[in-house]
Amino acid sequence: MVITTHDEKIRTARFKVDDRPHIVVDGEKCRSCAVQSCVTVCPANLFVPLDDGSVLFNYEQCFECGACYFVCAEEGAIHWTYPRGGYGVTFRES
Amino acid sequence: MSANANGRSERFDVIIVGAGPAGSAAALLCARAGLKVLLIERGEYPGAKNVSGAVFYGSAIVDALIPNWWEQAPVERHVCRRDLVLMSPTTAVSLDFRSAAPGYVAPPYNAFTILRPKFDRWFAAQAEAAGAFLLTSTVVDDLLWEGSRVVGVKVRRDEGEVRGDVVIACDGVNSWLARKAGLQRELETHELALGVKEVIGLDEAVIRQRFHLNGEEGMALEYLGAVTEEVHGGAFLYTNKTSLSLGVIAQLSSLVEHKKRPYDLLETFKAHPAVAPLVRGGTLREYSAHLIPEAGWKMIPDLYTDGMMVAGDAAGFCLSTGIYIEGINYAMQSGLAAAEVAIDACRRRDFSRSVLRLYLDALRRRNVLTDFQAYRHAPSFVNGERLQNLYPELAALASEALFRVDGNRKQKLLPLYWRSLRKVGGKPSHVLRDLYQVTRAYLW
Ligand SMILES: Cc1cc2nc3c(=O)[nH]c(=O)nc-3n(C[C@H](O)[C@H](O)[C@H](O)COP(=O)(O)OP(=O)(O)OC[C@H]3O[C@@H](n4cnc5c(N)ncnc54)[C@H](O)[C@@H]3O)c2cc1C
Ligand code: SF4
Ligand code: SF4
Repeated sequence: MVITTHDEKIRTARFKVDDRPHIVVDGEKCRSCAVQSCVTVCPANLFVPLDDGSVLFNYEQCFECGACYFVCAEEGAIHWTYPRGGYGVTFRES
Repeated sequence: MSANANGRSERFDVIIVGAGPAGSAAALLCARAGLKVLLIERGEYPGAKNVSGAVFYGSAIVDALIPNWWEQAPVERHVCRRDLVLMSPTTAVSLDFRSAAPGYVAPPYNAFTILRPKFDRWFAAQAEAAGAFLLTSTVVDDLLWEGSRVVGVKVRRDEGEVRGDVVIACDGVNSWLARKAGLQRELETHELALGVKEVIGLDEAVIRQRFHLNGEEGMALEYLGAVTEEVHGGAFLYTNKTSLSLGVIAQLSSLVEHKKRPYDLLETFKAHPAVAPLVRGGTLREYSAHLIPEAGWKMIPDLYTDGMMVAGDAAGFCLSTGIYIEGINYAMQSGLAAAEVAIDACRRRDFSRSVLRLYLDALRRRNVLTDFQAYRHAPSFVNGERLQNLYPELAALASEALFRVDGNRKQKLLPLYWRSLRKVGGKPSHVLRDLYQVTRAYLW
């Protein structure tokens, strides 16, 4: 069996991290979000629910798939764009 | 080549956004017709951001553009074996297909496994060789308007405006351009599936032996049933030259509903007793994820406006018939259809809707709109849990009982299926309705 941990998975992709985040999450808006669907669907596991009901987000290892954008039901909680040209994830095998 | 697109003064006949299969096909055809073409891609190279399974069913499409293309392109294996595998958590039953008929083991081949970062790079290079300007590492952020007419694009660079007579949006499933043009609405989560995938390196000789393949022959396995637990979806496993591509595809709304993490489903899939022996001894080369537009006919946007057309995933042209996905081939066909109309419009010097509406005819000629219309009932039903989860599991459960010889009284088939149906929570009334829907979706 080829079991891989999440860290092992993420380590296989190449990321060129821009100093400006391409996705910005308004943690305040997340406080009133009951479902926090982003936490469930993000294939890179970049959304971490916090004790105070908000959500911590780090854009650096993002696959730019858009899943968080489409599942977020809270108006204006996610500001979503693509990274600057040439930045972000680069796949070599997929 | 970036210098060509830098200044405001630079003007193109056609600007194509996105160098995936739709964009590169469009660029190739337009460039061959002598048009001045700009192909803009946000990745470091075409394919850098792209993910598919992938089995490529568009061999004949590329062959018409580049005869015997597979002799020079980075293809992995030609597909001559296919399995449809139905699963319960402990069991799998499969329908095994193998063919030596024309197209399966000798050229011209019917289908190939491919890796997108390699294939897309090659295909975009063909468009470049035909004379298109390829501008990589460049994001298009918006459209340029003159009144109600699209006259170019805004790129995220200094002096980032490029003008062109026609813009073809080939920017994929999450198409900001189609939305910004008002052609596409916000998509719903039940219309989208999330694919998570791993490429697992494996020795070439092991692949041949394990999948009973000769030389460059390849195999594609599609999985339905308990593989995605209660989430609507399925899984796939394809053979490449020296690796396997495998992944899970799950409806976005269903992941949310059942609070299932996509990578957990991927691990469950790999650990299944029917899958684990196939991947044994391999090493992870790459993990990736991407969305898939799965609602077919119901999510197709308005396809054109003054000065602009939409093609590929951006237009929802990805056909999920429930067992496997055909997206790359329709992306190419729609890109080519848009290119034909762009060429025509440039000849007439008329880029208004009244000319671009010919795109619909071109899409029908290339069997795109016709196929999506014919299969318009399939996607919603496919994402129904009974077809993708329950019945496959039922088949596996019934076989499990069928092949068990334990000294108890032999069961006839009907009571056996009946009991299995009850066991997975199915109702006979549903079965009848589903039978009707399946036949309507696929038979007439
Ligand atoms: C897991 C998975 C498995 C699949 N399996 C198969 C399969 O086996 N067979 C099959 O035929 N199809 C398969 N598909 C579907 C297939 O991948 C798509 O239908 C196909 O890629 C669509 O091609 P496209 O050119 O329209 O879009 P894409 O391939 O998505 O290309 C869009 C391009 O536009 C670029 N872009 C996007 N926005 C911008 C911007 N603003 N500025 C500049 N560039 C931009 C992107 O970087 C990308 O290169 C699969 C999909 C997934 C996710
Ligand atoms: S779904 Fe939206 S609002 Fe809810 S936690 Fe996630 S980002 Fe915040
Ligand atoms: S775009 Fe995809 S990978 Fe990136 S944060 Fe959103 S869900 Fe996660």
